[in-house]
Amino acid sequence: MGDPGLSGRFGQFGGRFVPESLVPACMELEEAFRSAWADPAFHTELDDLLHHYGGRPTPVTECPRLSAELGVRVLLKREDLAHTGSHKINNVVGQALLARRMGKTRLIAETGAGQHGVATATAAALFGMECVVYMGEVDTQRQELNVFRMELLGAEVRPVSSGSRTLKDAVNEALREWVASVGNTHYCLGSVMGPHPYPWMVREFQRVIGEEARAQCRQLLGGSDPDVVVACAGGGSNAAGIFAGFADATTSSLVAVEAAGGAAMATGIPGVLHGMRSALMQDEEGQILEATSISAGLDYPGIGPEHAHLAEVGRARYESAADDEVLEAFQRLARTEGIIPALESAHAVAWVIAAAKRSEMPSGSTVLVNLSGRGDKDVAQVRDILRAQR
Amino acid sequence: MTAGHPARGEGAIHTGAPNTNTANTDRARRARPGALESALRARRDAGHKLLVPYLTGGMDDQWLITLEALAGSGADAIEVGIPFSDPMIDGATIQEASLRSLVRGTTPDGILADLSRIDVGVPIVVMTYYNLIYRAGHERIAGMMAESHVSGAIIPDLPLEELEPWAKAADSAGVATVLLVAPSTPSERIAAICGRSRGFVYAVGRMGVTGEQAVLSASARQVAERVTAVTDIPVCVGIGVSTPEQAAAVSEVADGVVVGSALVRRLLEGEGPEGAAAFVSSLRRALDAG
Ligand SMILES: Cc1ncc(COP(=O)(O)O)c(C=O)c1O
Repeated sequence: MGDPGLSGRFGQFGGRFVPESLVPACMELEEAFRSAWADPAFHTELDDLLHHYGGRPTPVTECPRLSAELGVRVLLKREDLAHTGSHKINNVVGQALLARRMGKTRLIAETGAGQHGVATATAAALFGMECVVYMGEVDTQRQELNVFRMELLGAEVRPVSSGSRTLKDAVNEALREWVASVGNTHYCLGSVMGPHPYPWMVREFQRVIGEEARAQCRQLLGGSDPDVVVACAGGGSNAAGIFAGFADATTSSLVAVEAAGGAAMATGIPGVLHGMRSALMQDEEGQILEATSISAGLDYPGIGPEHAHLAEVGRARYESAADDEVLEAFQRLARTEGIIPALESAHAVAWVIAAAKRSEMPSGSTVLVNLSGRGDKDVAQVRDILRAQR
Repeated sequence: MTAGHPARGEGAIHTGAPNTNTANTDRARRARPGALESALRARRDAGHKLLVPYLTGGMDDQWLITLEALAGSGADAIEVGIPFSDPMIDGATIQEASLRSLVRGTTPDGILADLSRIDVGVPIVVMTYYNLIYRAGHERIAGMMAESHVSGAIIPDLPLEELEPWAKAADSAGVATVLLVAPSTPSERIAAICGRSRGFVYAVGRMGVTGEQAVLSASARQVAERVTAVTDIPVCVGIGVSTPEQAAAVSEVADGVVVGSALVRRLLEGEGPEGAAAFVSSLRRALDAG
């Protein structure tokens, strides 16, 4: 998983399909990122912040009871323990540092579950920047608490009422706003999607997950790597981050799990949206379809372009989990291990449970799950669903 | 001709498809290669300012009648939007028109088929987003555009670097690909964009999405000056040009204007073909008086 070059291509995917107004901004961002990423001082500052502010490194945790039930050894990479409760902070601290280096004073972001919005609002507070977060109206309702968190952190949350009123539309609105404010504003995109350099840059900022996890696994596993590495994928940033530690260096199988109702890889075909060519859920004319998932963070009809490429070359597999399996996994991890996962992360756990049941992983296999976030934000939603089911 | 730019009006027309035999009678109804640019150049060089109204295709059941009304009220070319589910460069007004059109069941093929059945007497330029083109297939949809006597295409999310292979397909079908220059575009890049643009150059008047503006941005005149300084292709300013006064003001430096949201809003409000014609006539008068 390397440098996609000036054209931002991962095989046939990626690119920079944005209006001319934004092309210079994307080029400026790419240049700034290339220079920062080659600058040891930038890395020192970033690593320091991720450690002292972000709480890194996050641990890898054994799951003895779940492992015994499933017959495979389950390890969790604990991004839920990072500051703000998910992996999103890794990317946001990197982009905020970069924005400051570029002289930008304002951050805008889209958010689905609200985790990326909370992380962006957090970084904006830390750096004394103005912050506006776009969030689909549907998501402001199901993730009400995160809206309030963002506001507490000093950000303005703008509900988006166009289209499906979820993540896809929040991205549209953030891009529209960026066109009008690009002079002083950095668009802090939350996943490995969008126009070049975002898919690459966000993966590099999330790479820390995979690098830590590989070293931690080697220690735990007596120098070997896990057989399977699993992560959920909306846009695919936590998956890209953990895959980056394993894709080239190991022969571990890589599995990304999308929401069944937002499975761009299973049900999509190549297309162009939000500045990138990737797999997209779309109709025969090319109109984008609306994703539907219990989890706001995976409610997205596309996936990052590097994932489409990893699938095409066969380095990673793309699976999906249905809402009911996810709810089941959410509760099961809570009861067996005392860890309440984010609904997004519960997709990865759900796939492990299903794959173990199908004996897809030989018993005794080791599977590393990227637990991308904690479930506090989802507790009210899950309570309502479970009550309604009774 | 724009004062201060002696080269303007003296260049060769980019046909984009030098080998196409325009005398072929099978293709009598096809758009002639270079038709858009030669029509606009002829008007400009005769001393007129160019008026290009925008309308979202299929936004109501009268849109084809409106199209004729626009042509009859002084439009030099008409931009027809093919609606996309995620119109990223469009503000609330054109988003609403796109949505209405899609709810009516509009498809790209359907709009092109409708256009193939009429001839309004001025060039038609379609505006759409790249995914619809990519999904349909470059050659197939470029061919369909040509069959529907569409003479140009504007694809705002397809910048210079990503232009091929669409531009290749469009060139060989004889469809002019109109490129955009933005206020943020650096000078070297303006020259490169103008070198590849066909028909006209679309100078984006303000940093922002489509939508009516009470005041013309200073950037509208600036971008027009920067673009007309380096190219002889007609230059029209669009995005944020909303009133006859604004159209006249920006046309002091530009060759003409594209007016979208201000017209589409009137249509959304139910003014119909007559209201659209009245508005476009008022733009025409302002441009002619200027
Ligand atoms: C905890 C958590 N995991 C995963 C995601 C999905 O994003 P990505 O696929 O980029 O990791 C989100 C997005 O909101 C999230 O909050």
